[in-house]
Amino acid sequence: MQLARVIGTVVATQKHRKFDGAKLLLVQPLTLENTPRGTALIAVDSLGAGVHEKVLIVMEGRAAGEALGRKLAPVDAAVVGIVDTVDLVRE
Amino acid sequence: MQLARVIGDVVVTRKDENLMGVTLLVLQPIAADGSAVGRTLVAVDSMGAGVGETVFFVRGKEASFPFYPTEVPADAGVVGIVDHWDVEP
Repeated sequence: MQLARVIGTVVATQKHRKFDGAKLLLVQPLTLENTPRGTALIAVDSLGAGVHEKVLIVMEGRAAGEALGRKLAPVDAAVVGIVDTVDLVRE
Repeated sequence: MQLARVIGDVVVTRKDENLMGVTLLVLQPIAADGSAVGRTLVAVDSMGAGVGETVFFVRGKEASFPFYPTEVPADAGVVGIVDHWDVEP
């Protein structure tokens, strides 16, 4: 899983029916220092995460489908948590 | 999933029989600001997307799910046509 920041939303009227009712969020993966890492991607969200929130995402199909709660959904990324805090112990 | 622009299509006559009748599109992934990012790729299409449209696509085995129960041998597939997207600063 990865930490990411919700940076926006995507609107698509024409989409696969397994997406019906699911929210599409643009999320930017983050390093532990909160700097952007890589390209922003689209994740489905069924938790109600909002823009600017830090979230936990899965980037694998099976896990994303389970998070969405639908079988045979063509998804590869999903929000699975809204992060409260990340505590790191650095020596 | 990732945003992409459809920049072409691919015609393949001789192919895996489970790819018969499946549209193949050339995609250029784009970043949140709309700029091209990363390598172009070929994706199966179940949405009827056309050249010039902005779409989002899924990577991996899940790309074949829209064609279930046909086991389409694909690792990327268009699953939505984007109306618009918003990035909040």
